[in-house]
Amino acid sequence: MGELSPEQATTGSRVRRAMRDVATSQATLIILSIVVALVVGALLIAGADAGVRSSIGYVFARPSDFFSALGHAVGGAYSSLFQGAIFNLNPSDNIAFLAPLANTVAYSVPLIFAGLGLGIGFRGGLFNIGGQGQIILGGLLCGYIGFAWHLPVGLHLVVCVLGAFVGGALWGFIPGILRAKTGANEVIVTIMLNAVAGFLLAWFLTLRAFQANLNTPISPSVAATARFPHFFGTAIDLGFVLALAAAVGVWWLMERSTLGFRIRLVGENPEAAKTAGMNASMTYVWVMVIAGGLAGLAATSQLLSGVAQQLNGNIAGTFGFDAITVALLGRSKPLGTVLAGLLFGGLRAGGYIMQSATGTPIDIILVLQSVIVLLIAAPPLVKAIFRLPDPERRRQHLAKVAARTVRKEAVA
Amino acid sequence: MSTTTRPAPVAPEADLASLLPRSWKVPIALTVFTLLSAVAFALTTKATAVSRVAIMTGTTGLGTINLTFGTLRWSWALTAVMAAFTGFAWWAAANRIHQVGQLPVGTTVGTIVGVGFVCTFLLWAVADKASPLQFTGLLSGALFLSVPLIFGAMAGSVCEHVGVINVSIEGQLLAGAFLAAVVGAVTKNAWLGLLAAPVAGALIGALLALFAVRYWVDHIIVGVVLNVLVSGLTSYLFSTVLSQNTAVFSVAAKLPTWKIPLLGEIPVLGPVLFQQNVLVYIMYVGVFVLQIMMFHSRWGLRLRSCGEHPRAADTVGIKVNRTRVLNTILGGAIAGLGGAYFTVAAGLAFGKDMSGGRGYIALAAMILGGWRPKAALLAALLFGFADNLQNALGIVGVAVPSQFMLMAPYLVTIFAVAGLVGRVRAPAMEGKAYKG
Repeated sequence: MGELSPEQATTGSRVRRAMRDVATSQATLIILSIVVALVVGALLIAGADAGVRSSIGYVFARPSDFFSALGHAVGGAYSSLFQGAIFNLNPSDNIAFLAPLANTVAYSVPLIFAGLGLGIGFRGGLFNIGGQGQIILGGLLCGYIGFAWHLPVGLHLVVCVLGAFVGGALWGFIPGILRAKTGANEVIVTIMLNAVAGFLLAWFLTLRAFQANLNTPISPSVAATARFPHFFGTAIDLGFVLALAAAVGVWWLMERSTLGFRIRLVGENPEAAKTAGMNASMTYVWVMVIAGGLAGLAATSQLLSGVAQQLNGNIAGTFGFDAITVALLGRSKPLGTVLAGLLFGGLRAGGYIMQSATGTPIDIILVLQSVIVLLIAAPPLVKAIFRLPDPERRRQHLAKVAARTVRKEAVA
Repeated sequence: MSTTTRPAPVAPEADLASLLPRSWKVPIALTVFTLLSAVAFALTTKATAVSRVAIMTGTTGLGTINLTFGTLRWSWALTAVMAAFTGFAWWAAANRIHQVGQLPVGTTVGTIVGVGFVCTFLLWAVADKASPLQFTGLLSGALFLSVPLIFGAMAGSVCEHVGVINVSIEGQLLAGAFLAAVVGAVTKNAWLGLLAAPVAGALIGALLALFAVRYWVDHIIVGVVLNVLVSGLTSYLFSTVLSQNTAVFSVAAKLPTWKIPLLGEIPVLGPVLFQQNVLVYIMYVGVFVLQIMMFHSRWGLRLRSCGEHPRAADTVGIKVNRTRVLNTILGGAIAGLGGAYFTVAAGLAFGKDMSGGRGYIALAAMILGGWRPKAALLAALLFGFADNLQNALGIVGVAVPSQFMLMAPYLVTIFAVAGLVGRVRAPAMEGKAYKG
């Protein structure tokens, strides 16, 4: 570089640097990860397709059979995934055209709530795997207030949402205070509390007060006074607005408030925080309470919007674990979490359509999600797959060469 | 808990020990249990109540001894024993005594009081019931249920001692179960299934090593995501390939049950311990060998040095990352072998997510056992026991809601992590990439 004339250096290297910046940027990394995940998914779809498997036996004799079967299986699955998540290409009207997008938004709401909560934990240096249990407790309280209490419209909804937050916060408080007071590892405590919450929910659903019909573990429906209003007759409702508001709130908390500063510092370096006179233990409690509360809010999307608005044994689904991948993909930042939530919400919305249209089981969505997150966590791997420039590796290589030269000179 | 030899405390250390703050966590916890035993069980028992317990002595159901206990008398006696040991714990805490001979006070007294509590609960639960408590069935079922936990805990301790946190035990169990079932069904041979299980687990272990050691991704993140990956992958293949050929795949191969000559004839213990399938025998040998190898062999020393002080290990010529990768793969293989329990050992076809969170419990058992295979075995047995308790009491017809009994082992773990094992130390550099 140094031997180029100043003119050449500015024009030549600027283009090259721009190219390198594009190739190594975060967005490229995410897009390439999604591409790899889709390729892995395509292999699985093709592998499970009877037509593909029978035609691969004579692929060299009649390759067209193989490729048409492959295209039919993979193309069919992915086109229904796309149409289920973004645009319906055979719509009856404008609303139907955009209905899949609305479904995507609706499916993303619990992921965003829980993902925001887990993200705060990650930034505070806590690995909270307890999203599942926190959602269950939020759902228990929110659901009970929803179907058992009688309050005026509006107030009822507010109390229900608060209930969801308090329930989750309570379940987050336990690992937080145990970590602060006894040093108990929060990973283990939250895993255990997930199981405890599951059994607790199962027990509550055996009580008559929690059953709509005798001996059926399904609660009565939440009262109409406590449901989120819908927008424009679509699946989008106030819950999504609330999720966006929560994202803004988390942004303010983490970037602008004193507590957020403390959380970030404790997460980066607890020793430094203690030296600076901060109470790291109390910060852990706050992190877990807020994280749990946000995860608890995820329960509102089944209870206050959704189809059934009933409490059942599957209130938390797999949101607690999906939210971990959402928070990781979103790098624990509010905007990233919202976008990641929308991506995974879209995969889920599309996955259901794909399952009913082409018979491809929705479980493949889990594979796509986990491949995306694994690759995003390991940028060098993506760069190695696509042979992109890797500044880190280049630096290491140069250092190695330099060391070798020095050694040679020393020997000489 | 510790069986490693420790030099007798010399004078300066003894002085230091007297400066340490007193820890009241253990005695407080034990007092809670003792009071609970007195108030909830002993005080609520009728004076005339009797508890019946059946113990199998022979190999068949014929040789059965029926024991009858006066519930009230026995529960007060047990509570008194618990109270005595709790008092001892208070005394030991006040005088900062952590060890008597080789035995650590907290764990030993905790175990005794815990066993007393469970016995009191059992007597209370089966008081005045028509059918007796099947004690032998309770124990052998507990052993069987704890098999995957023990394999998982062994896998976890190998990985963590080498410095890699293995949260993907769940995925390794599930992958092992899946491949064992598929290979067993295709070849119609349970033994080949048993051989295939560790291969699947090792593959997941290799992925964990790739991301954690090669690419420095946070170990817990990789573990959790690998669990999602395996769950998605096996469920997908189950719903497609396996469901399309039910004629082949719904037929389950089963490992035979072997009775060990002589040992299998021992009354009470024989039927519980030595009439099992080969996976259980592999487990006995595995725990024994691993415990010795890990703390008394060159392999074990190198393994632990990579987890405790990788730079020092590197300095003396141990290839840290190579050791980490190989042993993480070994750990995955151990967990995968444990996965065979769900399918070929139990004689079941594969089902979606059939490991059901046991990998996470195995992780808890490992921590409860202080990262030692032998102690993790005991912790895993505790979980298996609590899991089986609700089966055994369900047969007797006990009124306690089953959810609370199922909850018990998880609560015990939280309790133990927060109180009893608060001082147990993880390998120093676990979860930290060695970038040498």
